[in-house]
Amino acid sequence: MAKLKDLAQMEDRLVAGHGMCLGCGIPLIFKIILRATEDPLIIANATGCLEVCTTIFPRTAWNVSWIHSAFENAASTIAGVEAMYKALKNKGKIPADKKIKFLGVGGDGGTYDIGLQALSGAVERGHEFVYVCYDNNVYANTGGQRSSATPLGASATTAPSGSKSPGKIQGRKDLAQIMVAHKIPYVAQASPHRWQDLYNKAKKAFEAVGPAFLNVLCLCPTEWKYDESKGIKLAQLAADTCVWPLYEVENGRYKINYKPKQKKPVLEWLESQGRFRHLFKEENAWIIEKIQQDVDRDWEWLTRLAEISSRP
Amino acid sequence: MKAVKILNGNQTIAEAARQINPDVVAAYPITPSTAIVETIAQFKADGMISSEFVCPESEHSAMSVCIGAAAAGGRVMTATSSQGLALMWEMLYIAAGLRLPVVAAIVNRALSAPINIHGDHSDTMGARDSGWIQIYSENCQEAYDNFIQAFRIGEHLDVRTPVLVGLDGFIISHSAEPVLIEDDREVRSFIGEFKPVFPLLDTSRKITVGPIDFTDYYFEHKRSQIEGIENSPRVIEEVGREYGQKFGRFYGFFEEYRMDDAETAIVVMSSAAGTGKDAIDELRSEGLRIGLLKPRVFRPFPHEKIAEALKKIKAVAVLDRASSPGAFGAPLFTEIRSALYDYGQRPKIVNYVYGLGGRDINVEHFKEVAAKLQKIAETGKVEEMLGYLNLRE
Repeated sequence: MAKLKDLAQMEDRLVAGHGMCLGCGIPLIFKIILRATEDPLIIANATGCLEVCTTIFPRTAWNVSWIHSAFENAASTIAGVEAMYKALKNKGKIPADKKIKFLGVGGDGGTYDIGLQALSGAVERGHEFVYVCYDNNVYANTGGQRSSATPLGASATTAPSGSKSPGKIQGRKDLAQIMVAHKIPYVAQASPHRWQDLYNKAKKAFEAVGPAFLNVLCLCPTEWKYDESKGIKLAQLAADTCVWPLYEVENGRYKINYKPKQKKPVLEWLESQGRFRHLFKEENAWIIEKIQQDVDRDWEWLTRLAEISSRP
Repeated sequence: MKAVKILNGNQTIAEAARQINPDVVAAYPITPSTAIVETIAQFKADGMISSEFVCPESEHSAMSVCIGAAAAGGRVMTATSSQGLALMWEMLYIAAGLRLPVVAAIVNRALSAPINIHGDHSDTMGARDSGWIQIYSENCQEAYDNFIQAFRIGEHLDVRTPVLVGLDGFIISHSAEPVLIEDDREVRSFIGEFKPVFPLLDTSRKITVGPIDFTDYYFEHKRSQIEGIENSPRVIEEVGREYGQKFGRFYGFFEEYRMDDAETAIVVMSSAAGTGKDAIDELRSEGLRIGLLKPRVFRPFPHEKIAEALKKIKAVAVLDRASSPGAFGAPLFTEIRSALYDYGQRPKIVNYVYGLGGRDINVEHFKEVAAKLQKIAETGKVEEMLGYLNLRE
C-alpha cells in the first residue's frame, strides 16, 4: 500500500507551471499515475488540453521524455517508440537490463473518437505500453464540443440544448468494454477522488505484460459548469450514483473496486452541473428517467460480470 | 558478393531494405507496393533482418509509428502508394517538421476518384509541399540506388529531413529487370551507423518533442526546417558522387540525354524517360537535333541547374504524369517555367499531361511532341501551351 507521504516525496514528472484551468482534473490524475512507476518513462501525448497546456514553447512542464505528433495517433506514436526500444535492445544498442516504460495519453476526443482506430491497432499488435484516457466527456481543448463520451442529455456546443433539443440525444460509448474485447491483460476504470485505487491501477497497468488501458474520470469545471472547489466531491458522486463505476478487468476477470452502500439517484449528479441544467424542464423529464435506467442497466450488468468472474 | 539479379521494382526495394536492415520498418499493404511490405515481412520471418517489423492498421498509423520510432532514435523506413500516401498526408508534414529522417519508398499510383491502381505521379506530387525530399527513379536499378542513397541524404546532420523515393506503379514495381545488387557489407558501410539526435530513448536527457508553438516561434521553426532541405543539394551531390565512386553509377539532380547540340528538348521523369530515350534515338537518326532531360530530384527542385541546362534550347516540352487542376500547368512544368523566368535567353515552353491512371505512353507520342516542338522552334510561336497526350477528347 502506497503512503501519501511517500508519494509526496517522489519527484514530480509533471511539474507546476502548466496552464491548465483551476480545478482541472488532468494534473491531479497524472501526478498520481506518473508516481506508479519508478522506471524511466516516455510519453506520447495526443493533441488536447494536456498537450497544449504543458508545452507552450519554449517552456515545458514535463520532467520526463515526451512526444506529441498529432491528435489521433498517440497510440501509434508510442508504439513506434516502443518498437525502436525493442529493435535497439535486440541489436545491443540499449543495455539488456535497461527498463523503460511507455505511456500513451489522450482525452476522450483523442481516444474514444479520432484515436480509437490507432489505439485498437496498437493494443491488438501487443506493444508493451499503457494507455491512459482522461475522460472529461467533452472536447474541452476546442471549447466544449460533443464526443462519443459525452453522456445522454448533456449540452455540448455541437449538441446544444435548445427549444427543440434536450442536448446530446445519444448515450456514451463504453470504451472500457471495447478495450476488454481486445483481450489485453489489464483494463480499469478509475477516478481521482480515490487516489489509492487510481495509484494501484496505474501500478498494475505499468507492471502488466502486454498493453494495458486506464479510463480515468477527469473533472472539467469549465465544461461541466460547477464550482471548481467541489471537484473531488463530484467525482465521489459519480461513483456513488454508479455513473462512473470503479472496476478493473484483469486477464478477463472483472472486479468492482467500489460498491456504494446506498446507490444515489442520478438526479443528484445531474443537479450538480450546469451542462445538465436544461434537463429539469418538464419536457425533458423523460431524459432523466432514461439516464437512470441506463445507469441501472449498466451497473446490473457489471455486477453480474463481477459475479461470474468471482466463480472459481 | 555483388550479383546481377532479375528483380522487379518491389523486390528491388525489399532487397535494398534487407541490406540496410533498418531498425524499424512500419508499413501497411496497398497495391502496387504491397510486395515490398510482404517481402520485408518474409525476410523478418526467415531471420534475414533484425529490424522490428510493425504492421499497423492504416497508413496513417504506419507513418505515426515511423515518427515515434525515428524520434526514439533509430533508422526507419516505410513503403506505400496512392491512397496510402494520401492517408499519411497529415503525418508527412509532422515527420518533416520534427526533422525525422524517415525514408519511404513510394510506388507511384493514381489517386481516386475514380479508383485506379496504375501508375502516375499524382500521389507524390500531392505531397510536394510536405517538406520531404523527393527522388524519382527511371527503372529498378535507379530505384535501388536511389533508395540506398536516400538514407545518407536524409540522415545527414545538416539535412535531417525525410526522403521519399518514387518508382512507377506496375511499370517499375511489377516489371522484372536485371539489377546489380551490391555486396551487403559494401552497402552497409556506405550507409554507415545511424546518428541519433536528441533521441527519446536516451532517458537520461529528458526532452519534449513536438511542443506547441504560437505566433512567437512557429515561423522561425519552419524557417529552420526549410534550411534543412536547403542544405540538401550539396549533400545530394556528395552522396551521388560517393555512390558513383564506390559502385560505379554516378547520380546528380537530373540526367541529360543527347542534349549537347539539341535545339529542342523533352523533360520527363521516371519510367517514361526510358521510352523517351528510345524516341530520341529514332528522332536523332532522322536528323532531328533533340534531347531529353530527366529530373531525378524534384524536391529540392534544382531550378538553377535545370535552367542552365535548358536556357539555350529553342523549344522545350515538359511532360507531367500528374495534373494540377486549375493551376497554370502541371507541377513539373510550373517549376521549370518559373526557373527560366530570369533568363534573357530562354526557350519557348509547353506542357503535356500524360499517362494518368497508367495510360501508356509510347515512342509515337514522344514523336508527336517532337514534331510540335520542331514547329515551335521554326516559327517561334506556341499555339497551345498546355495539352494532353494520348487522350480521347
